[in-house]
Amino acid sequence: MTISNGIMKGLSLAFGLLGLSIFILSLFDVFTYFHNGLLIFSLGFILLGVLTYCKYLYGGKLAGIKNNFVWQKSESNRGIIGIIVSIILTAFYVCLYWYPEVLGKSDIQNTGLIRLFDPLSLSLKNKVASEWFVYGVLYTFAILVFGIKFIIKYRHNRYQVLRTISVIFFQLIFAFLLPEFMLRMNLPYNDLKNMWPLNYYFFDQWNINNFFDAGSIGKAMFYFGLFLIFIGSPLLTYFYGKRWYCSWVCGCGGLAETAGDSFRHLSSKSLTSWRVERILIYSILLLVVVMTIGVIYSYKTGSQYWFFINTASLRSWYGFLIGAAFSGVIGVGFYPILGSRVWCRFGCPMAAILGIQQKYFSRFRITTNGGQCISCGNCSTYCEMGIDVRAYAQRGENILRASCVGCGICSAVCPRGVLKLENGSTDITEGRRSNKLSFVNESEVKLIQLK
Amino acid sequence: MSNFIQFYALLEFIVHLNILEMKKVIIIGNGIAGTTAARWIRKLSDYSIQIISDESDYFFSRTALMYVYMGHMRWQDIQVYEEHFWSKNKIELLNQTVIHINESDNSITLRNSTKLNYDILVIATGSKTKFYDWPGLQFKGISGLYFKSDLEYIEAHSPKINHAVIVGGGLIGIELAEMLITRGKQVTMLVQEDSYWSNILPKEESKMVSEHILQHHVEIKFGTELQEIFASESNEVSSIKLSSGEIINCEYIGIATGVSPNIECLKHTNVKTNKGILVDKNLRTNVKNIYAVGDCAELQFTNDGRKAIEAVWYSGRMMGEVVAHNICGIEMEYEQGIWFNSAKFFDIEYQVYGYVPAKAVEGVESVFWQHEREDKSIRIVFDSRSKIVIGFNLMGVRFRHEVCDKWIQDKIELVEVVQDISLAFFDPEFSRNYSSNIVDVYNAKFNTKIRAKVNSLNSVLHFLKIKA
Repeated sequence: MTISNGIMKGLSLAFGLLGLSIFILSLFDVFTYFHNGLLIFSLGFILLGVLTYCKYLYGGKLAGIKNNFVWQKSESNRGIIGIIVSIILTAFYVCLYWYPEVLGKSDIQNTGLIRLFDPLSLSLKNKVASEWFVYGVLYTFAILVFGIKFIIKYRHNRYQVLRTISVIFFQLIFAFLLPEFMLRMNLPYNDLKNMWPLNYYFFDQWNINNFFDAGSIGKAMFYFGLFLIFIGSPLLTYFYGKRWYCSWVCGCGGLAETAGDSFRHLSSKSLTSWRVERILIYSILLLVVVMTIGVIYSYKTGSQYWFFINTASLRSWYGFLIGAAFSGVIGVGFYPILGSRVWCRFGCPMAAILGIQQKYFSRFRITTNGGQCISCGNCSTYCEMGIDVRAYAQRGENILRASCVGCGICSAVCPRGVLKLENGSTDITEGRRSNKLSFVNESEVKLIQLK
Repeated sequence: MSNFIQFYALLEFIVHLNILEMKKVIIIGNGIAGTTAARWIRKLSDYSIQIISDESDYFFSRTALMYVYMGHMRWQDIQVYEEHFWSKNKIELLNQTVIHINESDNSITLRNSTKLNYDILVIATGSKTKFYDWPGLQFKGISGLYFKSDLEYIEAHSPKINHAVIVGGGLIGIELAEMLITRGKQVTMLVQEDSYWSNILPKEESKMVSEHILQHHVEIKFGTELQEIFASESNEVSSIKLSSGEIINCEYIGIATGVSPNIECLKHTNVKTNKGILVDKNLRTNVKNIYAVGDCAELQFTNDGRKAIEAVWYSGRMMGEVVAHNICGIEMEYEQGIWFNSAKFFDIEYQVYGYVPAKAVEGVESVFWQHEREDKSIRIVFDSRSKIVIGFNLMGVRFRHEVCDKWIQDKIELVEVVQDISLAFFDPEFSRNYSSNIVDVYNAKFNTKIRAKVNSLNSVLHFLKIKA
């Protein structure tokens, strides 16, 4: 049993490295002949590697929670492999944002890694690839491949399977294919589901101009964006909680849930982290609101300053610090160190808004099943948002936290069937809090107050 | 004169307050019972609280020991509270062994000879693994799975294990099997009965789990017992002999033949014990100011068919809450209430509510549905004559505790429960709803044509709120 398993593991590693080696070789301009086949070969072998790894991990085993040795494996316990992966990811993001020429970007003739993607870009939209096209392909591919792994891992849980199909769909169609086709049809490049304030350039002058220059379809897209922000999103959040976006639709969430799944337990559960989280995320929300108002103000009045704020400069600093450094470099680059939802938890202003709605105007809650909690800690450990789920569950309380993205993993890993994500208009917490006994109901221990 | 009386009353009041504040509670044992007691005493009073344990520095979830071995969690993850919790709640923790209780002067003596005085003593020392006197028990490579030290022992011994034998087929036995299987060990389970946990689980469920265990490549030997243990020259376990005469080579023996109350520290005291520490309805022992809770307590009153010692997490937690109220002057009686429990057998989750007999019992029947391919089943137990529902047994399906509890409490008839069964479903969203399957079983059994009702979370909450 162990021998064939060892071969399987080695094979998966070999396939994956073979696929990756094409990227590395292309970085050094080894190839001279370019064809879609080369990219397909590379991505194909990575896919094969991941599938073989799934076979090694889950093959021939019954469906169920398989978190064995998550805390012993170097890749998932901040060990040496984890650190190396983190460094590579971070380096990639730094190049992508600030030194795209390292990846081979050129105005005359792409070289390196970006050149590898030219054939695909040409066949999709008749243009050579940009660094953003490369990023889009790799991002979508990562969600697809690790999404498949996630579905195999949680095949016994329909909530997880459907949710993952949803994030793959929205990434592949809405975030990747549709915008590319729109570009080909001379329409604005726009990810319809990417809402302000996650999409912080939505109200930028160039973006609005782009929409309005593109005729009625462009206008429709702009108004759809507004509709989502002010009507669609609050309604959906009211009925289902912020999960409809964060763990079913969003691209950042999509990557965290799929490629980041192996790192979800690394999120810090301490009270201090919770404090930092609240300060950071609401500050960034405030910042994005001020910045956006400033940008719109400058656009309308032509004035460079809104009060004492240089709006263009604030906008560019926001883009640099929050849009690139935080969400990209730290958000993804630090997956193997800080867990998969660092950006969503500490930074995303969209998550902040949805979180406030979820906490105060939503039917969503995680229900605790009577007195069945054994305080084991699986729920808290595997909460990617760092919520100490156990602290609520063991007191028989429901979980109503602004940060909860409704991934449902706490419920999945619970060995005693204690947690369930639910929507309902009735307030279940009524009378459950206060100084009441924590087990299921009073009949378990009859209260006989003699005094 | 009236001034004097007022002054005296005031003085008395102050003295009374002081006495209240100065009460000193010592809890022996930092498990779920002792810790819950401490938490609730803190909620209800300003008494000084000390918890003494020689097992670990902090309270941890005993039921989660297996997950540390399997690498799902680290040790600190199964510690239930962050460190600041204890200082914030002014609960003092002592990692010490209590060697003697001196009830004559309300004090305890620790191993380091310190003497501590108490006003109230709570004994929450839990259980310990029950070892029978098999020949060869003194050899190395034998342990139970109960204490933190057991986990450490198995961890340290693991590299030497090729083949492990688990003695006993209960909850701890299957946990040990799962742990060792994840590390690629060969595992043989010795089960006295002819099917897994068949003294608790009904026949069909027991069979389902037995087959599931086999699918995980654990070898089970039914109807066998351990007879003798043999060791190598270095006194390490090398093989065992079964009651059938068969010899199995092994490097480790996991003892999972049950637990018994851990009441060593009560020797030489007047606290009355039987198997456990005898307690009354207020969880008081026979000695003034000494209480006992959790696995180590033996109730002198029980409901029909319930045990006097229920060594489960949940009973410990409930007793902890009750004893805290009694200590803080709010008199409260402990009643066992409607039984509930849960476990996980490898990948099969198990929940039970109310009365579910393992063997056929006169006057008790059940409606039973089992999934064709997957390891899932639902059993609703009812009284044959009155048709009142008295229990639920779930495998691979999650039910709502509060709903089942209310059905049983309110003595609801089977037909109503079956129609409304979706009120109880607690599986994750989008999971299959098995209402119609259960209704079909019911209709076939009683030759009726009832239909399942559709229920939302709001109907569930409405249903539960009707409760007075």
